Amino acid sequence: MQFGIFSVGDVTTDPTNGREPSEAERIKAMVTIALKAEEVGLDVFATGEHHNPPFVPSSPTTMLGFVAARTSRLLLSTATTLITTNDPVKIAEDYAMLQHLADGRVDLMMGRGNTGPVYPWFGQDIRNGIPLAINNYDLLRRLWREDVVDWEGKFRTPLQSFTSTPRPLDGIPPFVWHGSIRSPEIAEQAAYYGDGFFANHIFWPKEHTQRMVGLYRQRFEYYGHGDADRAIVGLGGQVFMRQNSQDAVREFRPYFDNAPVYGHGPSLEDFSRETPLTVGSPQQVIDRTLTFRDYVGDYQRQLFLVDHAGLPLKTVLEQLDILGEEVVPVLRREFAALRPAHVPEAPTHASMKAERDAAAETVR
Amino acid sequence: MTTRSLVVVSAGLRVPSSTRLLADQLASATGAELDRRGVPVRTEVVELRDHGHDVVNHLLAGFPSEALKRALDTVAAADGLVVVTPIFNASYSGLFKAFFDVLGDDALVDRPVLVGATGGTARHSLALEHALRPMFSYLRAVVVPTSVFAAPEDWAGGSAQGTLRGRIDRAAGELAEQIARREPTEAADPFRLTTTFDQLLTGD
Repeated sequence: MQFGIFSVGDVTTDPTNGREPSEAERIKAMVTIALKAEEVGLDVFATGEHHNPPFVPSSPTTMLGFVAARTSRLLLSTATTLITTNDPVKIAEDYAMLQHLADGRVDLMMGRGNTGPVYPWFGQDIRNGIPLAINNYDLLRRLWREDVVDWEGKFRTPLQSFTSTPRPLDGIPPFVWHGSIRSPEIAEQAAYYGDGFFANHIFWPKEHTQRMVGLYRQRFEYYGHGDADRAIVGLGGQVFMRQNSQDAVREFRPYFDNAPVYGHGPSLEDFSRETPLTVGSPQQVIDRTLTFRDYVGDYQRQLFLVDHAGLPLKTVLEQLDILGEEVVPVLRREFAALRPAHVPEAPTHASMKAERDAAAETVR
Repeated sequence: MTTRSLVVVSAGLRVPSSTRLLADQLASATGAELDRRGVPVRTEVVELRDHGHDVVNHLLAGFPSEALKRALDTVAAADGLVVVTPIFNASYSGLFKAFFDVLGDDALVDRPVLVGATGGTARHSLALEHALRPMFSYLRAVVVPTSVFAAPEDWAGGSAQGTLRGRIDRAAGELAEQIARREPTEAADPFRLTTTFDQLLTGD
């Protein structure tokens, strides 16, 4: 099972001292956080993609390429790549390029983006969100899998004899996850292709996640990719930890109360009960995270949000130390002990290459 | 015969509340009408005051608390609704509007609704026609022709057999008729897939 972190890349004023980091500071902090993730033994760093303030990560492959150069083991991913407003041709090129530079340590999570005004900045319309996600991704898959593509669709100019370069590393496209909170069409899309499904899981009650993952698993089996419990599922999570749970609550409360998205709304206590947010001791985080399996089944990837709402870099790095030293080793062991042998790991470049080579060997 | 669900949404703020009093009278008259037609009915009451904080939290956080979720599900699964609000500033109260704002666009499509209101003077009575009726029409609910407004004089001077009683009975009869003629409601499932992948892909 893979463990990691995902960052929204928000620039938020620290509510405890009124300090707002510059964009430069926040961007460098994201890199520091990614490097720390590898150092403490996490598997994945995923960056968001946003094109409006107060967010900085508009250019994910620039950041991930930089992180790739300074890491050796960390898997680089996105949370999410905007399949609606990015040209699929550019996604195909950018991430194939990143694959080569990162020696295959790349996968992507597709998302639609829910900020209406962003769409027209890129020549699109949020009302076409689902059709854009479906059509653009269909083209993206072909660009990675066919050397020469003739294509015509609704949302971009036609392609004639087009070759996306560079070709994917070893001819193996990056593994793709599809992220959605409550659009059954996206669970269907992930199932149709046998891709992974990622439930953000941090701002909504677990019932949403349970329904969406259930639908994805059922349709994954329907489309013949294997039994429902072999489908590839990832979850988000949101944690804040101190050795003493009261200290965690006291320290995190002002960040929670003023956070973008849910600040000034439900209390920390209500939100902790109704969503997977866990603020407390490392043991509490371990216990809560293990319950995720009860409603989504055995799953392959767990990402935590740890660096938002104006939390200072120093605090975030401390959170990563706790995750790496105390939480993730226990979760790895406990989840592994519970998982039946036939449930696969999430595909990586190495595993997909080994599988292809083995298949070629069999044919020969 | 399937037991029908009549759901009362009351936005009264005080206890006791004249809004709730009107809501209860409308509900019991509707129940009696359905009884007369041999349609079994179960009445549930959603007091919006109990969900005030949760409604605002839903607006801010994007999802309902468990208690509010139960209330929203109850309303969405109703076979008929009695909705009553105090009139504030010539319209429904903010809490009343906010509750229906978080209910979801399609929850009340083709749902029989009886609208009622209370106010400090009878001069507010047309707020039912220019505020409540258009909102429920927008939600594609079926608003029964008679709406019921109760002013202080209806409670004070009028006898139990007075004009308010007559309006309540007429409105209740209309609501009962709409409930009785329909099939029982099946609440919509937002996670249900309504297209095939090929349809999604081809955009048909």
